Amino acid sequence: MRLRIEARAVVPGWLLWLTPVVSLVCTLIAAALLFIALGKPPGATLQAIFLTPLLSMQGLSELALKASPLLLIATGLAAGFRAGVWNIGAEGQLIMGAIAGGGVALATYGSESAWVLPAMVLAGLAGGMAWAAVPALLRTRFGVNEILVSLMLTYVAGLFLSWLVLGPWKDPEGMNFPQSRMFEDSALLPTLVEGTRLNIGILIALAVAGVASFVLRRTVTGLQIRTVGEAPAAARYAGFSESGTVWATLLASGGLAGLAGVFEVAGPIGQLIPKLTPGYGFTAIVVAFLGRLQPVGIVLAAAVVALSYIGGDNAQVELGLPSAAVGLVQALLLFFLLASDVVLRFRVRVLA
Amino acid sequence: MIAALLASVITAATPLLLAALGELVVERAGVLNLGVEGMMLVGAVAAFAATSVTGSPALGILAAAVAGAAMGGLFAALTLGLASNQVATGLALTIFGIGLSALLGAGFVGHPLPPLPKLDLPFFEQLPLLRQDALVYLSLAATAVVAWFLRRTRAGLILRAVGESDGSAHALGHDVLRIRAAAVLFGGAMAGLAGADLSLAYTPMWVEDMTAGRGWIALALVVFSAWQPWRLLLGAYLFGGITILQLYAQGSGFSAVPTQFLAMLPYLATILVLTMISPGISSAKARRFGAPACLGKPFRPAS
Repeated sequence: MRLRIEARAVVPGWLLWLTPVVSLVCTLIAAALLFIALGKPPGATLQAIFLTPLLSMQGLSELALKASPLLLIATGLAAGFRAGVWNIGAEGQLIMGAIAGGGVALATYGSESAWVLPAMVLAGLAGGMAWAAVPALLRTRFGVNEILVSLMLTYVAGLFLSWLVLGPWKDPEGMNFPQSRMFEDSALLPTLVEGTRLNIGILIALAVAGVASFVLRRTVTGLQIRTVGEAPAAARYAGFSESGTVWATLLASGGLAGLAGVFEVAGPIGQLIPKLTPGYGFTAIVVAFLGRLQPVGIVLAAAVVALSYIGGDNAQVELGLPSAAVGLVQALLLFFLLASDVVLRFRVRVLA
Repeated sequence: MIAALLASVITAATPLLLAALGELVVERAGVLNLGVEGMMLVGAVAAFAATSVTGSPALGILAAAVAGAAMGGLFAALTLGLASNQVATGLALTIFGIGLSALLGAGFVGHPLPPLPKLDLPFFEQLPLLRQDALVYLSLAATAVVAWFLRRTRAGLILRAVGESDGSAHALGHDVLRIRAAAVLFGGAMAGLAGADLSLAYTPMWVEDMTAGRGWIALALVVFSAWQPWRLLLGAYLFGGITILQLYAQGSGFSAVPTQFLAMLPYLATILVLTMISPGISSAKARRFGAPACLGKPFRPAS
C-alpha cells in the first residue's frame, strides 16, 4: 500500500466548516497548556474565559457589544482578502472614522439636534474611506504595496488622534487629561437593552454582514471580487477591472472600519481618548480568516473572538491572567486555522 | 556635535539594517515573511531576559538570534511544510510575537540595563564615528557578507534561482523547500538580532511593543533597496537619519510643529519613498525592477 498526496480539485463543503471547529479545539488544548505554564488552573481559566461570560445577561450584552466592531471590520476585510487586496490598516481607518464622527459630535456640542448622530455616522464612514483611499490610490496609480501603506497610516492616525486629544480637542473642564469632552446624549447611539451598554450598533453590523453575503454570492460585483482574487487571468479576460476591485474593496473595508470607530466613540466610550480599542483592527484579521472569509462564518467568528476578549478580562480579574495571554491565544487560533487549511488543498490517496 | 548626531543616526539605523537584511535574503529565496515585527519583539525580549538573568550581553544576543530563528522556524513549518498562505501566516506571526513578548517580558518592565559596551577595535577606534557596539559592526559585516554571498557564491546563486524560478531549480535537483527554510531561519535570526539591538543598545530596557513599527519599516526598506544589500544599507541610514532628525527637532523645543507631527515623519517618509521608487502598474517593469519572480508563491514539488 502506498500513500500519495495530491491536490484537490473540489473542496467538500463539510471540510470547509470542519477545519475551524478542529482549530478551535486545538486552540483550547494549547491554551490549557499555556495556562498551566503560567501557573493558572487550566480548567477554571478556560471556564472563566469561555463559559462564565455566557451565563449572564451582562456577559452576553458585552459579548454582542465587542463583537459588533469585529464583525463590521472583518466583513470588509474579508471582501478584500478574497480579491487579493491586503488592507491591514483597518485600525487606522477605525481611528480616522472615530475622529471624523467625534469631530461632528464636538462641533455640534450643545445643539441637541436629532441630526447629529446620522451626521456622525456619515462622517465616520467618510473618514475611514478617506484613509483607505490613500493605499487604493497609491496601489492603482503607482503600484505601491497596500499592506505597507495602510499599516504606516495606522501609526499616523494614532499620532493624529493623540495630538487632537492633547491639544485642540482637549476637554476644557477635563483637568488636563488627554481626552475630549463627553459627548451629549444626542451624539450617543440608542441603547438596545435597558441596563446594559449594548447599543443598536450590533443590529447595523448584522445587517451589513447580510448585505455583504448577498453581494458576494449573488451579484456581479461579488463574482468580480472572487474572480480577481482566485483567477486574475480569467478576470482580465472577462473584462473585470483590477483597479476597480482594489478601489471597491479598500473603500468598503475602510468605510466599515470607520463605522466601527464612530460606533465605539458614540457607544461604550462616549468621547475621544488616545487608545480607542484593544486592537480590533488587527484582531479582525483573525476573525475574517476564522470565518472562512464568508459573512455568515464571520458572524460566528466575531462572537468567538469577542468572547475571548471578555473572558480574558474576566480571567484577569478572577485569576490574575496577564492580558497578553489573550492575544497569544488569538494568534494560536489563527496558526491552527492556517495549518489545518492544508487538508482543504491536498488529500491523501491510498494507492493499491 | 555633528559627530554625536551622526553616531545617533548609526544607532537608529542598525536595527532596521539587521532586520531588513534578513528579510532581503528570505525574499530573494522567494518567500514573503510579514512577521518581521513579531520576530523582532521576541528577539528583543529574549535578549533582555537572557542578559538580565545571566549578566552577559553576549548570551543575550545569542538568545535573541535563537529566539528569532525559532519564530522563523514556526513560519517555515506553516508556509513551507503545510503550504499555508504566506501573507496571513506572516500577520499571524506578528500578532503571536506581540502577545508572546508581552507575556515573557512582564517581569522585566522598568528594569533598565547598562547599554551594550562600545568596542575598541584596532584601527577603527581612531575614527571618531567608528567606536560602536558589537551589533553595529555585525550589521555592517553582515551587509558585506550577504552581498558577497548572493553575488559571488554558488550557494547564493542557487538561493536566487530558487527565488526566481522554483520549478527550474527543482528540476536541476535543488531542494527548494529546504533552501527556503534555511533562508527563513536566517531571516528570523537577523530579526532577533535587530530586536536585541533595540532592547540592549538603542534603549536598554524592555517596553511592550518597543519595535513601534520598525519591523514594517524594514519590510519597506527591502522594497526600497530593490533587493540589493548595499542599497539597503543606504536606505537604512537614510531612515535612521529621518528618525534622529525628528527626535532632535522634538528635543530642541522646535515648537512650531507639534511633536506628534514630527513623530509621524518616519511613517510618512516610508510611504513617500515607496511611492517614489514604485515601478508603476506595469508588471513587466516591476519584474525588471528587481522583485524575485516567485516572491510569495507557494511551491510544492510535483512527485
